[in-house]
Amino acid sequence: MLASYPPGRQRSAVVPMLIFAQDEVGSITPELVQEVAKRCGVQPVQVEECVTYYSMLRKKPLGKYHVQICTNISCLLNGGEELWKRACEQTGLGHKQVSADGMVSLEEVECIGACSWAPALQVNYDFEHLVTPERLDEILAACRKGDYVEKAK
Amino acid sequence: MFASHPPLFSNPPHPREVIMLSKRFRLPNSASIDTFLAHGGYRSFRKALEMTADEIIAEVKTSNLRGRGGAGFPTGLKMGFVPRNSPKPKYIVVNADESEPGTCKDRLLMEYDPHSLLEGMLIAARAIDAKKGYIYIRGEYRYLIHILDRAIEEAYRHGYLGRNILGTGMDFDAYTHSGAGAYECGEESALLESLEGKRGVPRIKPPFPAQVGAFQCPTMLSNVETFCSIPYIVEMGGKAYADLGVEKAGGTKLTCLTGHLNKPGVYELPLGFPVDQLIHDVGGGIPGGRKLKAFIPGGSSCPVLTAKECEGLTMDYDAMAKRGTMLGSGGVVVMDESTDMVKVALRIMRFYQHESCGWCIPCREGTTWLRKMLQRFDEGLGRRHEIAMIGELAKNMLGRTFCALGDAAALPTISIVEKFYDEFERKLNAVSAPVPAPGPFPVLNDPPPLGVGR
Ligand SMILES: Cc1cc2nc3c(=O)[nH]c(=O)nc-3n(C[C@H](O)[C@H](O)[C@H](O)COP(=O)(O)O)c2cc1C
Ligand code: SF4
Ligand code: FES
Repeated sequence: MLASYPPGRQRSAVVPMLIFAQDEVGSITPELVQEVAKRCGVQPVQVEECVTYYSMLRKKPLGKYHVQICTNISCLLNGGEELWKRACEQTGLGHKQVSADGMVSLEEVECIGACSWAPALQVNYDFEHLVTPERLDEILAACRKGDYVEKAK
Repeated sequence: MFASHPPLFSNPPHPREVIMLSKRFRLPNSASIDTFLAHGGYRSFRKALEMTADEIIAEVKTSNLRGRGGAGFPTGLKMGFVPRNSPKPKYIVVNADESEPGTCKDRLLMEYDPHSLLEGMLIAARAIDAKKGYIYIRGEYRYLIHILDRAIEEAYRHGYLGRNILGTGMDFDAYTHSGAGAYECGEESALLESLEGKRGVPRIKPPFPAQVGAFQCPTMLSNVETFCSIPYIVEMGGKAYADLGVEKAGGTKLTCLTGHLNKPGVYELPLGFPVDQLIHDVGGGIPGGRKLKAFIPGGSSCPVLTAKECEGLTMDYDAMAKRGTMLGSGGVVVMDESTDMVKVALRIMRFYQHESCGWCIPCREGTTWLRKMLQRFDEGLGRRHEIAMIGELAKNMLGRTFCALGDAAALPTISIVEKFYDEFERKLNAVSAPVPAPGPFPVLNDPPPLGVGR
C-alpha cells in the first residue's frame, strides 16, 4: 500500500490503512494509531485527526454485522424512515448501538449510492436493495443468528 | 463475484436508451479483460497512441463533453489547462466518491466495465503526460475496490499498465485509494487533501487542480463517467460524439431515476432528453397515477423544480440553468403529490449539516441553524415569521463559503421555501399565540461574485 504513493508521500496511506486494519481488528485502537503512524512516517496525532474526521472510522467496535440503513432523500421517499424505525424496534437498538451479544449494530446513514433501488441498506459492505419490511426482518434474523452471508468484504 | 445484489441495469434496455457507455454491461463476465478486449476494449487507447496530445485534447474539446461529476465544466478545456511542459510529474485522479444523494451511476461503470475507466485514464494520461493515476473511491464501495483492483492487475498482465506499455515507451501506473466516509471528499480539492492522508477540508482556489493538484503537482481530476466517456470520443471522433447530444453538451449520460417512479433505475440517455418522457416513459410513470409535485434534476444540491417548471424541460446543462437549477450529477429525484416538502427540506439540510467540514462559519453554523428551524417546522412548532427567515438565512450563505457545499445546502432550501411556501404555512404552530412580527431580518449586501473563494 505504501508503495502506491510517490516517494515521501507515505502519509497518503493513512486512511486506507486505517480502514483496512479496522476491518481486521474491529475498531481503531490506540496501538493501531501508533502502528499506522509509524508505518506512514507521521505523528500519531496526524492519524488521530483522521480517525475523528472520517465517519467510517470508529474507536469502539460495532456489531459483527453492522446494519446501515439509508434515510436520505430517495430512500426517504420510498420508506427508508419506516425501515429505520422498524429496525430499531426489532432489535431494541438505536443509532450506532450494539446488541449485548455483539452480533448486530445499527446506524442511520446518508446516501450509500443505491438511490434507484431504494430503500437500501448495507450489511457490512454488502448492499441490500429494494428492501421490504419482510426482507429487513429476514436480514436482522440472519445477523442475529450469525448466518448472514457476506460477499463484498 | 464480489457483488451480492442483482443486476443494476434494466435488461433488456429501455427502447429509448442510447447504448454506448453501457454497451458491455449486459455481457456475461463483463468486468473481465477478456470480455473487454473481445468487445472493442483498449482499441481507442491504441488509436490514441497514434495521436499527438494536442490531437486528443482537440477531439475532447470538439466532443462538447462536460464533466459528469456535477459542475458540468467542459472536460477538453480542463485537460488543456494542465501544463504539460511542467517539469513536475503529472497525475490523473478519478473522482469515484459518488455520494451526492440521488446519484448511483458510477457504481455501474465500475462494477460492469472497470476496464473502460482504465482506458479513459490511459488516454487522458497520454494527453497530459501523466505517469500515475489514482481512483479515489468511497469506502462504502468496498466491493468495487476489489473489482477495480482485479481489473488493474489484469491490465498489468496484458501490458496495458506498467513500464513501456505496448512497446511504446509510455509508462503508467494505476491505483485505487479508499475513502472512509465523508461526502465533502467528493469536492475536488478536499479529495486531494484526503488523498494526501489528511482531513478532507478543501483548499483555497485558485490555483485549481490542473495547476496544483495531487501532491502539489498538475492533475487532471474528473468524475468516473467523464473518464469512461473519453474512449468513445477517441473511437468515433469528437464531432460524432457531440452530435449525440445537444448544442453545448455532447454525448450520453447515465441518468439515475429515483423517488416516486414505477420503474426507477439507471438509464443511458442522450443529453437533451425531455423530462416529461423521462418520468412517464422511461421511468414508467408515478405509482398510483399520482401527480408530479416536485423534481430534482441532478442530486440533492440542485434547486427543486415544480411540476409546472418541468413542462417542456430537457435534461441539458443550459436548459436547466435557464430554469434556475442544474443538471448536476444525473441523480433525478421525482416527488409525487403526497410528498411533504418540509420533511424533504429537513432531510436535505440534515445531510448537509452532517457533512459540512466545519471550516467556514456560514456553512457550519448555517446548516445547523437551518436544520433546527426546519425540524421545528416539521414538528409543527414553526412560527409564521420564521418561514421567510429560513429563506433569508439560506440566502446569506450563498457565495460566502470556501467550497460549494454551502451553496449546495442553501439552494434547495431557498427553492423549497419559495415554491412550497404554503406547506410551511400549513405546518405552523397551531397552539401558540400569534407572535409579533420582528424587525426586518438583516440581509447582508450582495454576495461576492462567483469564483471568488471557491
Ligand atoms: C460538496 C461537493 C461534493 C462533491 N461530490 C462529488 C462526487 O461525489 N463525485 C464527483 O464526481 N464530483 C463531486 N463533486 C464535484 C467535484 O468537485 C468536481 O467538480 C468533479 O469531480 C470534477 O469532475 P468532472 O469535471 O468530471 O465533473 C462535488 C463537489 C462538491 C462541492
Ligand atoms: S462550505 Fe462547508 S464544507 Fe465547504 S469548506 Fe466551508 S465549511 Fe467546509
Ligand atoms: S438516498 Fe438512499 S441510497 Fe441514495
